[in-house]
Amino acid sequence: MKIAVCIKRVPVMDVRFRIAADGKSVDETGLKYDVNDFDLWAVEAALQLKEKTGDGEVVVFSLGPDAVQEQIRKALSMGADRGVQLKADRAPADPLSIAKALAAELKASQWDVVFFGKVAIDSADQSVGPMVAELLGLPCVSAISSLDIANGRGTAKRELESASEIVEFPLPVVLTVDEGLNKERLPNLKGIMAAKKKPLEVKPAQLDAGTVNVVAMELPAERAAGRIIGEGAAAVPELVRLLQTEAKVL
Amino acid sequence: MATDFFNIDSALSEEERAVRDSVRRFVDESVMPIIGDAYVQGKFPKQLIPRMAELGLLGANLPEEYGCAGLNNVAYGLIMQELERGDSGIRSFASVQGALVMYPIYAFGSEEQKRHWLPKMASGEIIGCFGLTEPDYGSNPSGMITMAREQKDGSWVINGAKMWITNGSQAKVAVVWAKTNGDADQRSIRGFIVPTDAKGFTAKDQKGKLSLRASDTSELVLDDVHVPGDAILPKSGGLKSPLMCLTQARYGISWGALGAAIGCYEEALSYAKTRVMFGRPIGGFQLQQARLADMLTEIVKGQLVSLHLGRLKDAGTFTPQQVSLAKRNNVNMATNIAREARRMLGGNGILAEYASMRHMANLESVYTYEGTHDIHTLILGQAVTGLNAFE
Amino acid sequence: MANVFAFAESRGGELRKVALEVVTAARTLADATGGGEVHALLVGAPGIAGKAAPLGAHGADVVHLCEHPAFANANPEAAAALAAQLLKQTGARAGLFPASAQGRDLAPRVAAKLGVGLASDVTAFSAQGDAIHAKHPTHTGKVIATLALTGTPALLALRPNVFTPKESAKAGRVESVAPVADPAASRVVVKEMRGGGKAKLDLSEAPVIVSGGRGLKAAENFKLVEDLAAAFGNAAVGATRAVTDDGWRPHSDQIGQTGRVVSPDLYVAVGISGAIQHLAGMRTSRTIVAINKDKEAPIFKLADYGIVGDVFEILPPLIEAVKAARASRG
Repeated sequence: MKIAVCIKRVPVMDVRFRIAADGKSVDETGLKYDVNDFDLWAVEAALQLKEKTGDGEVVVFSLGPDAVQEQIRKALSMGADRGVQLKADRAPADPLSIAKALAAELKASQWDVVFFGKVAIDSADQSVGPMVAELLGLPCVSAISSLDIANGRGTAKRELESASEIVEFPLPVVLTVDEGLNKERLPNLKGIMAAKKKPLEVKPAQLDAGTVNVVAMELPAERAAGRIIGEGAAAVPELVRLLQTEAKVL
Repeated sequence: MATDFFNIDSALSEEERAVRDSVRRFVDESVMPIIGDAYVQGKFPKQLIPRMAELGLLGANLPEEYGCAGLNNVAYGLIMQELERGDSGIRSFASVQGALVMYPIYAFGSEEQKRHWLPKMASGEIIGCFGLTEPDYGSNPSGMITMAREQKDGSWVINGAKMWITNGSQAKVAVVWAKTNGDADQRSIRGFIVPTDAKGFTAKDQKGKLSLRASDTSELVLDDVHVPGDAILPKSGGLKSPLMCLTQARYGISWGALGAAIGCYEEALSYAKTRVMFGRPIGGFQLQQARLADMLTEIVKGQLVSLHLGRLKDAGTFTPQQVSLAKRNNVNMATNIAREARRMLGGNGILAEYASMRHMANLESVYTYEGTHDIHTLILGQAVTGLNAFE
Repeated sequence: MANVFAFAESRGGELRKVALEVVTAARTLADATGGGEVHALLVGAPGIAGKAAPLGAHGADVVHLCEHPAFANANPEAAAALAAQLLKQTGARAGLFPASAQGRDLAPRVAAKLGVGLASDVTAFSAQGDAIHAKHPTHTGKVIATLALTGTPALLALRPNVFTPKESAKAGRVESVAPVADPAASRVVVKEMRGGGKAKLDLSEAPVIVSGGRGLKAAENFKLVEDLAAAFGNAAVGATRAVTDDGWRPHSDQIGQTGRVVSPDLYVAVGISGAIQHLAGMRTSRTIVAINKDKEAPIFKLADYGIVGDVFEILPPLIEAVKAARASRG
């Protein structure tokens, strides 16, 4: 089983972001970075699939500056076999540009499964996985929350709004991973040491100009400060009155 | 976000940060939710051992050929920091297993002993304890009365009692330090690997602790315990052997105390920002800001001390006196920070739901063990004056 | 004059509310760019033709209808092929999709087929000269990016519940269209749909969401949350990650950074402390009510109306009061 996983380096989100001086990017000063959550679940899914089938290779791809090697090595420390950095100054705003660069690289090999996380929590596009599938001519199942692969076919569950669907698909396939599929393993210390010795290839990303650009970034308007209207059951009538007369939602 | 006011992360290697982050997550997910209850119940949460072993936290700075992770000493220190951010009892467990049992086997043991014991201890299959301190000999271990006598067939018979032994009651093996063949001089001290199921060996938990409650602390009694000739650690000799172990452990403690201090500071900071009194968060009052500023300053100083000490240790140039300074400083500042944090939490601070009072009580033990604060003062005094004030 | 394409999402033979939102938004964009035609695409099993009328009523000039048994469930491979062809045929300046679970799967495929850019999860847009500008929350809603789409067509996937459906009756001429790719030959096939009956409101569509957290103490106590949702009548039930991780509720109910992002008119947080990951999923709700025993809980910083106290004491009278308020309104 030959498995590719595409991962992204994203800022750790528990901070107050600032807009950079150019007015169209996030100020990176003091930010810490990690692998996108959904991509960690994609790595975990790939590792579990390899473990289940008993052989094969898990290759991790990431597009970006040299700093993404840290995230690739995290995936290697979890157990992936080798990594490929598609070198670029930064990930472009147009998801199709990213998808084309990834597809150009993935095309060079035959993959049984290409995994993505459902969405990158920074750019929040949720587009690159299905785009890569389309560019490679592969079937795609996005946002899966369960997975079973055997004998060249697979079954997955997709969560919809208040519903879910069970889909069947052939291999090779592109899958994007939603929360709930698994919980990623923590890299153990031996894995961290071993990751340093695993191959990590660096290639230039073939990026086109794209047709989506960021023209501005801003912080959302702050909500008005919260208001506590009372304590215990005694506050219920006041709440209902406010919902009716002030918020007009009841 | 973790306390890193001086961007010390930038002075850590990627691998060191990766190790720290894994342990941090383990502590947040597996230790934090259960430690308050374990402490109140007075039980070491031994269900954590398999997970700690799987992560590679036991003897992590020993070589890979013995089943260990082969980390450098800074990464090892960061592990101790994160574990003690959870609880001193958890860090003590790992310190004892790694620095006080695995390390002496590694440093003073034969190749057969290393191959036999270390992989099983790294995997958590065998838990060990370290028997040096005695009921009447704490700060002056050279006075110990535990005695091992060599028999005609080359085996040994050991008699004595050891006290304040972390992991004692759950250990399968004890590294016991004893004088040999009736010689009262400290130079006769040797280390022995003693299976705890040996006839005449008993371990009894010490009850009524108000500190390190989530840790097993035991009293060991060795009553004519018979061990074979290959139980002796062949390269051990004199008091300096166990003191070398203590230097290893104290190094880890200097980092661990930092973890406890960071845990208390972060708890206090978070509380100060959300706890409203007199119409605004208490963090907006000068008295509390002074507390926070003092805590943060001491933590940054401690971080720099520990990190540089780790670099010296990795370079092989550190001295036991430098370790004394780091242990003394960091434990002392952590003790103060824990108390201040508890006070900032007001009445809530006395509840087990919050960590600060637990750390505060734990740190009193840490202040006292592995060379008391005062003993380290005298070590430093001797180092700078050349004059011995111990006796 | 610029035509605008709109994908009208349906499920189980029924239009979804997002279909009307997308068609309404397409109408707005067409009118703003010189009054072109809105071309809606509606695919479904035979019989879906009967659902085309509301699309015309909300501003579609033409409803392209493709009925096929293999469109009974979502069939993104065949739907993408058809959408891409219609976008080309109609010379559309823009293509609008819902940023729903299905829309976010479909739109990127269409973008890749056409080789054009896509802005996802769009909360506002405007025509700016040759470009279309779209506002798109990033970094878990802590940053708002304005994207300029310079390709033609420009594709946008619109966040549900943000664009209010508005009637502006057009011809709504229905034209049957044959599939481009055989829907029965799609490689990925839906074998089973679970849940999603008409009675159950989607989190993304519900005007009111009642959400529960760890403060409910046990899975069975979620009954109180469900009862309050039922009292509102138009409410869906959500949950925090702690609750879904513990298995009290399915992952699909999770609201937050790694779950669903919602913006209902009213969000009622029951026993939710307000972890930053949760706030990321609901901070754009119009009105927020929080009920929590801990008055220091961060949720109260965000709540328009907070009540401090035991949820088990407060919810039963609240359920009755909401029922009474609705009854008195008739």
